[in-house]
Amino acid sequence: MALLQIAEPGQSPEPHQRKLAVGIDLGTTNSLVAAVRSGEATTLSDEGGSHLLPSVVRYTEQGVVVGQSALAQASVDPFNTIVSVKRLMGRGVADLKGLQGEAVYRFSERDGGMPFLQTIAGDKSPVEVSAEILRTLKARARATLEGELEGAVITVPAYFDDAQRQATKDAAQLAGINVLRLLNEPTAAAVAYGLDQAAEGVIAVYDLGGGTFDISILRLNKGVFEVLATGGDSALGGDDFDLALAQWFLEQLGGEEVVAGESRYLTEKARWVKEQLTERDSVIVDLEHAGQKISLTVSRELFDGLVDSLITKTIRACRRSLRDAGVELDEVQDVVMVGGSTRVPAVRTRVEQFFQRAPRINIDPDRVVAVGAAIQADILAGNKPDSEMLLLDVLPLSLGLETMGGLAEKVIHRNTSIPVARAQEFTTYQDGQTAMMIHVVQGERELVSDCRSLAQFVLRGIPPMAAGAAKIRVAFQVDADGLLGVSAKELSTGVESEIQVKPSYGLDDNEIADMLKASYSFAEEDMLLRNLREQQVEADRLLASLTQAIQTDGESLLTSAEIAHLTEQMGILQTLRDSSDADAIEQGVKVLSQASDFFAARRMDQSIKNALKGHSIDEIEGDA
Amino acid sequence: MMDITQNYFEFLALPVTYQLDLQALSERSRALQKKLHPDRFSHLSDRERRLSVQYTAYLNEAVATLKHPLSRAQYLLKLEGIDTFSESQVQLDPMFLMQQMELRESLEDIADATDPDAQLEQLRQKVEQEMKSLREQFDMNYQQSTPSAHEAAAVCVRKMQFIDKLGREMEALEDKLFDE
Repeated sequence: MALLQIAEPGQSPEPHQRKLAVGIDLGTTNSLVAAVRSGEATTLSDEGGSHLLPSVVRYTEQGVVVGQSALAQASVDPFNTIVSVKRLMGRGVADLKGLQGEAVYRFSERDGGMPFLQTIAGDKSPVEVSAEILRTLKARARATLEGELEGAVITVPAYFDDAQRQATKDAAQLAGINVLRLLNEPTAAAVAYGLDQAAEGVIAVYDLGGGTFDISILRLNKGVFEVLATGGDSALGGDDFDLALAQWFLEQLGGEEVVAGESRYLTEKARWVKEQLTERDSVIVDLEHAGQKISLTVSRELFDGLVDSLITKTIRACRRSLRDAGVELDEVQDVVMVGGSTRVPAVRTRVEQFFQRAPRINIDPDRVVAVGAAIQADILAGNKPDSEMLLLDVLPLSLGLETMGGLAEKVIHRNTSIPVARAQEFTTYQDGQTAMMIHVVQGERELVSDCRSLAQFVLRGIPPMAAGAAKIRVAFQVDADGLLGVSAKELSTGVESEIQVKPSYGLDDNEIADMLKASYSFAEEDMLLRNLREQQVEADRLLASLTQAIQTDGESLLTSAEIAHLTEQMGILQTLRDSSDADAIEQGVKVLSQASDFFAARRMDQSIKNALKGHSIDEIEGDA
Repeated sequence: MMDITQNYFEFLALPVTYQLDLQALSERSRALQKKLHPDRFSHLSDRERRLSVQYTAYLNEAVATLKHPLSRAQYLLKLEGIDTFSESQVQLDPMFLMQQMELRESLEDIADATDPDAQLEQLRQKVEQEMKSLREQFDMNYQQSTPSAHEAAAVCVRKMQFIDKLGREMEALEDKLFDE
């Protein structure tokens, strides 16, 4: 297969050269790490043998505690023990007011409205808290796999917006993890499920976790997992079931205002009852309140009644996604259940009623996402060059720009396949206008105020013209991780402005750099060394892939003069690479990249031709 | 920077026609995704990854445009030099506009109807019927390949845009009904 070689790293990895890559499920309630070992993807356990790491971080005067022992102190030390931090990722302080039950933390607001949690160890951003969880998982993987990680695939709810995705990627960067890909959780589950069953056709993945709900409709075809549509609610999950029951407890107890510790206490009791009710018809729970003890009986019927409207919300999203996917109900061949909250019997019943088929529950709903991510990570690290598997995702929420009157003009609609690039032209509305505010928003609603604000920037230097004469082209580019870049250009003058969208509630690059320094207490030299190493890796990659490319396609795609020129340039970079000047290497990589661009493009074009070989001739003859 | 001079049909090795074989479209698309997608370049150099993102974005745009009957029609006309993508004001015959107003009124009435779901379904069938007939008219005109026939095809496209917008408003209403 000559075609496949194009995507190969230059040398097929020997077994002992396998690159270590993991899949990480960074969950609201629990997190997991998985890896492919001896051809099989499995989750990794800690020293005590447990696979699930509770997504709980506790800050103490002595240091940071993550996981089970942090969880154990959640009621005792509520302000310093951060649970469900995923719900805070990429959110502004204003959003948090809508998240009931989360208000137990003390937030301090800084510039840009990003919430910082006040803890005994100082103010912590949700990104930093998540990074602690990732660090713990990374350490576990290094200990188990005995080596340095090439990178990780980290899963996010399909319904996460750009701000939430960016925050997750920032957390990984803080934890020193190279992100191979942000993968949508339902897609990861479909991979674990689909490869297992060698399935073909349309499947629905119903993913109800602790804090998020996702529904994805996928088409599986010869190793290609194509997401047709996705929908859900990034602030709805099993935690809300607990809150609904805790609220009921409170009403039975007299309904006074709760203090932080008690709210935790009641939701923990509620969670326990919920879990018991998956096996039993009714549960007696003992509660202590204001020095009094009280026993309450909770039947499954009562519980189902309390959560019914929450489940209805998820079913509505299922219907909408089917419509968006252009798929009829009876085309769905399988329904896969993901997330711990799908253990609730009422959820299973309602999903079965809606899809008119029994959902699949045979894969451990807690582990399936991490397992799927590990399979993808193994492929992305280059360990399986012959794999046909490919995951094609969509944009979960429409992207747009603010126009006159506070209206949102959609530039890319939801459920568009990614990567995608699209541009829209705007004009000035006042005579002599020299600057234009570009406000990027995400969401389905018509009013900007109902959408999520992603970023704002100003394009300056527009020459004064009559209203409507200037032409401003705003280009959006969304990469395979679902992350957005925006650039704006005034067409008559070429005045340009470009940003990588850093969400309004995100951290900027300097903040991340500062946190990195602080968290590792890197000496200046270490930072320099790290930078040098990174540049060398990039130079090696470029040289290896060019060498391989010339070997494979040099003769057919290049003139001998071109080969000579490239070889000369490669020699220059090779010399630079062995020096210790990071800046010079970076510059060298740039020069060689530019010099070889035409070759890369020719190879792409050739691979397109080869992929479609035979078709064009048939078609043209057939339709002439 | 990206050297893609072919039109979407050529890019996917498909015949330039309105009666597109959608099965073939998705097969070609998958075959190309397997070669071009950024995940195939994840362990290669930055430059190659960026190139792959550009190619895949072009591929996705091509597939999205050709897949939907309205945008496919618009694209075919664009290849003939008639740009209906960025028209802001169009003239249509009064008969058609009257009919549109009636459809719109019945959509507005649905929200207060006793059985909105059934009424919505009825309207949907009506609209789909209308769309189907416009597609047939478009194809007939398009195939004649004369300037006047192409102009007639453009009129079909403009009408389809109206109906398409109505369809989206129906979806919005459906969402609203679900959410209540």
